[in-house]
Amino acid sequence: MKISHIIGIIVIAIAIGVIASTAGDASVYTTFTKAEKMAQDGDDKMIHVVGKLKKDAHGQIVDMFYNPAIDPNHFEFTLVDNDQRAQKVIFNSPKPQDFDRSEQVVVIGAMQGDHFQCKKILLKCPSKYQNNKLETTEHEAKTAQL
Amino acid sequence: MIHTTVGNLGHFFVILSFVTALVATVGYFLSALGKPASVQAKAVEEPQLAYAGESISNEASFGGKTAKRKAKSTVQVTEPPARDDWKKLARWAFYVHGAAVVGVAACLFYIIFNHYFEYHYAWSHSSRALPVKYMIACFWESQEGSFLLWLFWNAVLGAILIRTAGSKWEAPMMTIFALVQAFLASMILGVVFGDSFKIGSSPFLLLRDAIPDAPIFATDPNFIPKDGNGLNPLLQNYWMVIHPPTLFLGFALTLVPFAFCVAGLWRNQPSEWIRPALPWTLFGAMILGVGIMMGGYWAYETLNFGGYWNWDPVENAVYVPWLVMVASIHGMLIAKRSSTGLKTAIILAISTFLLVLYATFLTRSGILGNASVHSFTDLGLSGQLLIYLLVFVAVSVVLAASKWKFIPSDEKEASIYTKEFWLFIGATVLCLAAFQVIATTSIPVYTKILESFGKITNLALPADQIAHYNKFQVWFFVAICLLTGVGQYMWWRKIEAKKWDALITPGIITLLISAGLIAFGSMKNPVYMALLVASVFALVTNGSILIGVIRGNYRFSGGAIAHIGMALMLLGILYSAGFSKVISLNTTGLLISKQDEFTKNDNKENKENTLLWLNQPERMGPYQLTYRGQRIEARDVPGYLSRKDVMVIEGDFHGIAQRDIEQNGKVYYKKGDTLALYPENTYYEVEYREPGGKVFSLYPRAQVNERMGLLASPDIRHKVDRDMYTYVSSVPDPNAENKWEKTETYSVAIKDTFFLNDYVAILDDVVRTNEVDGIEVGPEDAAVRARVRVLDKNGEHILSPAFVIKNRMVAHPAEISDELGVRIQLNEIDPRTGKFTFAVNRTQRDYIVMKAVEKPLINILWIGTLVVVLGLSISTVRRYREFQKSR
Repeated sequence: MKISHIIGIIVIAIAIGVIASTAGDASVYTTFTKAEKMAQDGDDKMIHVVGKLKKDAHGQIVDMFYNPAIDPNHFEFTLVDNDQRAQKVIFNSPKPQDFDRSEQVVVIGAMQGDHFQCKKILLKCPSKYQNNKLETTEHEAKTAQL
Repeated sequence: MIHTTVGNLGHFFVILSFVTALVATVGYFLSALGKPASVQAKAVEEPQLAYAGESISNEASFGGKTAKRKAKSTVQVTEPPARDDWKKLARWAFYVHGAAVVGVAACLFYIIFNHYFEYHYAWSHSSRALPVKYMIACFWESQEGSFLLWLFWNAVLGAILIRTAGSKWEAPMMTIFALVQAFLASMILGVVFGDSFKIGSSPFLLLRDAIPDAPIFATDPNFIPKDGNGLNPLLQNYWMVIHPPTLFLGFALTLVPFAFCVAGLWRNQPSEWIRPALPWTLFGAMILGVGIMMGGYWAYETLNFGGYWNWDPVENAVYVPWLVMVASIHGMLIAKRSSTGLKTAIILAISTFLLVLYATFLTRSGILGNASVHSFTDLGLSGQLLIYLLVFVAVSVVLAASKWKFIPSDEKEASIYTKEFWLFIGATVLCLAAFQVIATTSIPVYTKILESFGKITNLALPADQIAHYNKFQVWFFVAICLLTGVGQYMWWRKIEAKKWDALITPGIITLLISAGLIAFGSMKNPVYMALLVASVFALVTNGSILIGVIRGNYRFSGGAIAHIGMALMLLGILYSAGFSKVISLNTTGLLISKQDEFTKNDNKENKENTLLWLNQPERMGPYQLTYRGQRIEARDVPGYLSRKDVMVIEGDFHGIAQRDIEQNGKVYYKKGDTLALYPENTYYEVEYREPGGKVFSLYPRAQVNERMGLLASPDIRHKVDRDMYTYVSSVPDPNAENKWEKTETYSVAIKDTFFLNDYVAILDDVVRTNEVDGIEVGPEDAAVRARVRVLDKNGEHILSPAFVIKNRMVAHPAEISDELGVRIQLNEIDPRTGKFTFAVNRTQRDYIVMKAVEKPLINILWIGTLVVVLGLSISTVRRYREFQKSR
């Protein structure tokens, strides 16, 4: 076997590994009901859930709690997913500043018991620079890592 | 009055630039085709070929379908024809094109500079408050302006290459250049056919044409807004003034090796293009790399994700072409002397440019949508961008495929004792690293493609992108580090006669140094250790090569220096990211809740943000931190002013001084003066007291804009060995009026104790006074001041509300304490009972929630970047001299 063949095989092997890992790490958009089922099955993979904030008749956001005086790293809110299921979500970071303005929220995390533990929030807010457009902002609860 | 002239002129320049680009494409194309015809005048078929080329030239300039036809003219040409009218025409067309592009930019700048808000562009990206230095940044806030920037750089490079590339390259190469320019110019053409078919998006659109549905235009078609929307405050940063031009110059430079390569294939000189293209590729890699790192530094300083790199799809979209470009340099180095690796070099030079086009498509078509924070919004150009991408993919694939059999290759089996082998492996690893990033970043594209086939998929990007990319990239770079060492030893023939002995000494030195660093830094993570050892190995080997090379001829030192820079960058990344330490850990030990979810993971949860009350020191790590209040920046006063010292005029960037503005002993403004401010920024002064007693302040800021929430930016204290990185993650809404709660009254005698907003307060004394702010106390008047001592955990606060009788009228000015969130008035004095009645209101105390992170050795990353730049520059100069000599 020639060296070039060996190298070729190694390169192909790495490429396959990359593709497999991409497929394995890729997350999915899903609903709270499915997320709950995944958690019950012992699958703790993080998933994306798209939803809207729960609002009352006057358009005020309800069931939202953030009090930095008690705990600056605890933010709790209720998200209604596309199947109209309302779910308590906990985010262990300060409340994103433009949260109240958001029209759509994507939470990334996993179900934990009675609530959805969220690691990252993507907010779609009305853009201040482009009319009728939404823009995305990202908020992450993060620990230092490489 | 609506200024239509400048817009019309600008639009004319846009059309002119598009038309001249087309003319230049056709002209250069015919000139490139025509050469064989004129030389081979005796051959019978050739004039027909030229004729055929001419007749289809119009399509050809768009579609590139003629690549195969060109392939037939396999005649080698050395002599240029005596007269080449097509070339002359094309050259002038290209120069006019360049002038037109400058004209477009000038018109646009004129509109922004003069605040012509009747234009959509000025209205949406500028405002009267915008300082002139940031007006230039308006150009790249939107797509049109950044296309313009790209056009500009391509035109500049084209003009330089016409003069320097040599006549044999000019025609085929400039065909590609002009074609690219035609595509780019079409993006800002803004021509509408029929009702809906639109080509490009013009920057010279009037507001009333851009949003015709706005009700105001129904009543007043000549309405001109008083002010614009303003530039995104995050872009009002000096890095944002220089980062996009640098990046787009890098983008433009990827076209040069691509154009040379295509020209080489076209002219059947598949290896001659390398020599002229190499210096440009090196220069391009340097500029693109600098552009990327500038973007990283901007993100580090301005955004609050806590670092310089976030594996955002937009970042990845430029990182991937850069990796491939560096790989193509290595491929070209192999192919320069022999035919080994020629095919690799050709594929990589082409891929670099195509990846830049792909990156453009990703970031501008709106396909990333949810996935990216800072991609552009879709302007309806996605179809056009896709055509642009596909045309060049088709041209290059067809051309390369048709010429494939003419490309010489070396049939000799690769040996691991040649430098070519190691360069090739290096290029391969770089490409694999690029492949890994692009494979994941393209997930939204796969979803889109599947959707177009009617399949709905719910695939999303990895939830933890940073971990996903890092777990591969770390190992690729470990391999790259090791390869640079071995490769350099091979390159300089240190390893001879199949003996690896030369590498033993640097290997041992590496292990010793690494062992020392691991032990000293108590490094436990095996991944970090591997990266450390590999980086140190790259430093040691390249360092020893460098010493040898510099003794000979410093001009040859570029490679070793660039590799050393890369190793330094990796070390900087390793330490600053791997050992960054959160200082603001919530160590209050307060049990927030007894619920299970709080207690079970108490240490694991991200308790990394801490609340600071105004003027209440907290201990964090080795520091004592105190939040000192809100600050504002004035345009011509150094430092920061207290937000209370100025009253901002609503809807304007001016404010009125509430007291004398004094800084460093110099009075800048008197009370009541108007001064220019940056009112959208609120700075939060955080005072750090180091263990040694040294005190410094950081001013993280939050940006307020009426139509948006808050955007927080960090403030960084740079020290030699570490950065202190601080940002506010939550603040009380700065726009909200102070809401005072219901008045409570307390009647107390002297020395009585009472509760004030949950604090213990003691009325110490009430004494006569002659000075009360804002009230003149005359001889007939009487004034007293109470002394209320309030105890909190950090000590005492004294509140002294006054009670004044002036001209038989009673006044009781309120005393406000922001620290306590209390307003207190001395309302009544009852001489019979000796009781004093206080009216007390409470409010939300001012606070910030902040995060502070220490980033050790981050300076090594920036130093490494500069070293890479130095190395690539040295190589650029060397290879350019080589090319000049060869001419």
